[in-house]
Amino acid sequence: MSTRKIGEVILDLRNISLAFGGVKALTDISFDVREHEIRAIIGPNGAGKSSMLNVISGVYTPQQGEIIYRGEHHTHTDPHAMATHGVARTFQNLALFKGMSVLDNIMTGRTLRMRTNILQQAFWKGAAEREETLHREFCERIIDFLQIQPYRKTPVGRLPYGLQKRVDLGRALAMEPSLLLLDEPMAGMNVEEKQDMSRFVLDVNDEFGTTIVLIEHDMGVVMDISDRVVVLDYGKKIGDGTPDEVRSNQDVINAYLGVSH
Amino acid sequence: MGFFLEVVLGGLMAGVLYSLVALGFVLIFKASGVFNFAQGAMVLFAALAMARLAEWLPDLLGFESLLLANLLAFVLAALIMVVVAQGIERLVLRPLVNQEGVTLLMATLGVTYFLDGFGQTLWGSDVYKIDLGLSKDPLLVLGDFFEGGILLNRDDIAAALIAVALVAVLALFFQKTATGRALRAVADDHQAAQSIGIPLNRIWVIVWAVAGFTALVAGMVWGSKLGVQFSLAILALKALPVVIVGGFTSVPGAIVGGLLIGLGEKLAEVYLGPIIGGGLENWFAYGLALAVLLVRPQGLFGERIIDRV
Amino acid sequence: MLYRENGQFKTRYSDDQQIFPILQDRWLVMALIAFAFIGVPMLASEYMFRAILIPFVILSLAALGLNLLVGYCGQISLGSGAFMAVGAYIAYNAYTRVPGMPVIGAFLIGGAAALLVGIVFGIPSLRIRGLYLAVATLAAQFFCDWVFARIAWFTNYSASGSVSVPTLTVAGISIDTPQSKYLFCLAIATVMALAAKNIVRGHVGRSWMAIRDMDVAATVIGIRPVTAKLSAFAVSSFVIGVAGAMWAFVHLGSWEPLAFDVNRSLNLLFMIIIGGMGSIMGSFFGAAFIVVLPILLNQVPAWLGVPISTAMASHLEFMIFGALIVFFLIVEPHGLARLWSIGKEKLRLWPFPH
Repeated sequence: MSTRKIGEVILDLRNISLAFGGVKALTDISFDVREHEIRAIIGPNGAGKSSMLNVISGVYTPQQGEIIYRGEHHTHTDPHAMATHGVARTFQNLALFKGMSVLDNIMTGRTLRMRTNILQQAFWKGAAEREETLHREFCERIIDFLQIQPYRKTPVGRLPYGLQKRVDLGRALAMEPSLLLLDEPMAGMNVEEKQDMSRFVLDVNDEFGTTIVLIEHDMGVVMDISDRVVVLDYGKKIGDGTPDEVRSNQDVINAYLGVSH
Repeated sequence: MGFFLEVVLGGLMAGVLYSLVALGFVLIFKASGVFNFAQGAMVLFAALAMARLAEWLPDLLGFESLLLANLLAFVLAALIMVVVAQGIERLVLRPLVNQEGVTLLMATLGVTYFLDGFGQTLWGSDVYKIDLGLSKDPLLVLGDFFEGGILLNRDDIAAALIAVALVAVLALFFQKTATGRALRAVADDHQAAQSIGIPLNRIWVIVWAVAGFTALVAGMVWGSKLGVQFSLAILALKALPVVIVGGFTSVPGAIVGGLLIGLGEKLAEVYLGPIIGGGLENWFAYGLALAVLLVRPQGLFGERIIDRV
Repeated sequence: MLYRENGQFKTRYSDDQQIFPILQDRWLVMALIAFAFIGVPMLASEYMFRAILIPFVILSLAALGLNLLVGYCGQISLGSGAFMAVGAYIAYNAYTRVPGMPVIGAFLIGGAAALLVGIVFGIPSLRIRGLYLAVATLAAQFFCDWVFARIAWFTNYSASGSVSVPTLTVAGISIDTPQSKYLFCLAIATVMALAAKNIVRGHVGRSWMAIRDMDVAATVIGIRPVTAKLSAFAVSSFVIGVAGAMWAFVHLGSWEPLAFDVNRSLNLLFMIIIGGMGSIMGSFFGAAFIVVLPILLNQVPAWLGVPISTAMASHLEFMIFGALIVFFLIVEPHGLARLWSIGKEKLRLWPFPH
């Protein structure tokens, strides 16, 4: 649970519908996210959770519906715009830059804030070096936070899965986001790793006040750390409320138990 | 008008030649997703083999008939091409089986260079002839409608007929035989095909063998028309736009693409050339391909590629 | 034992971010550079300069340029010869048509022209990739071949289609001996290689590599594919253009469009495949390899007492090239540069096994 005081609505999704050709990924989904809260999106596989995150981060444009982030309409937007507005995300399948080291991967998260042009970069001494060192300090703090110091120069492809997940999180954190979207951050982890990751998520929310939307399959984690939950099934919303409310919702129970529709 | 028709026909005929080479590309790409840059080198290698064998066999075995020489040479060259194609598949492509397209492209580039040197080492590097026994006199047709008639080369007609025959044989093979069906399954979805028990490796072996055979047919036709020389290797570079225009995965696309490129090239050279300056033929095909790429990347007949995140 | 980092503690991030953070590496590179600038001119013969060293230096630079685009940014290009041609011809026109134009100025203008052309021909990369992009770059190559062969303005209306430049002078010093030509090229190449390395270790280089590795994730972080790809084309073409001008002015002296045809493009591509894509050092390795191999092939059989004709040597060259490309792609896709760093890793442990 978030220890901060939950604020006003920061993200408002209204009647979002998304289809790929004939396949309806999302149908008329509406929910909101409040500032500083931890909002979970749950649902069986194929329910459309990742598509929802893709819509919020601007990767997909919904055919219908509106996305209102911090009072501005962002429905027809692209990932770059959402990034500049402080939306960061991690990926279900990692999507790390395999050819680069841990440190470089996290440094890419600072790209939007790095202003030196190519000529200054070519010369290096002076403005470029100063900027690089400045952002390096910031990323080192993230590396400390995630406890991956020994691996900072290792190419990410060589790290075990759990550590790669941390790097993914680190890269998103490097963007200093106000809204952090986590796509199954605990997938494939054992109990200890999940505890570590949960602690990181809570710390991020606690220390920086980052609003977090996370997709997660582990019910224990969801019930423990989230403030409110949205339940999707077959692209439709079937539940929305606090973890307790959702847990006792009959539709949700049916969806998870596989009762025929 | 007569001249225009001649240009059109000439362009179409050249296009048929391109299509023959492009067919080999499409076959391999359909079945394995590999773009075989070395197809041009294979065509050259095959043509060299056939030309030289047709030259050597009569002396070696002591007979005179041109037809027999050509037949034997063709059969032998076909066997050689099958072996060469196998070699490429097994030594180069199988070790690289899960790499990205660009890596495979560069590997086939390497194969091109290798085959180039190897072919010339084996068969020699002069210009050779493939004599199919066709008279070199052109035909004059439609003399009643157009003054002087329209000039047609017998080589070109033979080429067109052979191309039609090849496409027909291939179509029959793909549609009517079990192996052909398996090939189409593999072309659609490797994993699904594997899961129903189609042996991928064997299929690729067959595909490459067929591609090698196609290379021989193309080489024979080209060699008969132009003589067997080094510039044939440049064919790969010309056939690439054909496949872009027609679509990488489409046999009819290879035909249509080839005809379009051949036609377009000739028309551009004859009618635009005097205005812009000659040599248009060298890059017209690529310009057209580029335009198609920007407007309709999958080509006229290809399948749409959708990227899922 | 010799190659340990013991005792080399960095107290500032800027120390850690140096090009060669390990002291031994720095010494080695300094020594190499000193040897290249001082030792080589004293030791090498005229033949070595003309046949090996000068081509090596210039082609390394060209390969480096191509590596920025293909190796670091992941955009395949089969048209690098065309960019060399643009650099060469525009530099030529700047040098001969503008009175008092210094050589370096002409080179820079040639590079700038190549940069612009590079951006234009990079535009397809925004919509297509891989194989299709290779075709687009080939289109650029053939188109440029045609432009420089047909549009007489570029060749100053020369009747034969080929052009030549008079002896170069830089700051009053005449560049006419093999040594001076070599040093001139080496100086330019060193400066540009340093600049390239700086770009590659900063945020621009990281953006390129991000686009190469996972372009969707890159956009989500805020990297604009348009900016990254076009900047890669721009910088890469600039470097290749300057290399092209150097190749024409210093190495060839007089040339025709065929000097920059698709074979040159493929040649550069082979250099970076063998040398190592995504590695500045790899470009030098690859260039050295490709420059030296034909010479070896011509000389070694004679040394061994087995004479082969030049035609045969050329066939052998093709075969070996082809086989090596395939070999490297299968066995070590990161080329000689990776073998070099593996070697260094082993050296850190030597003489211990692990």
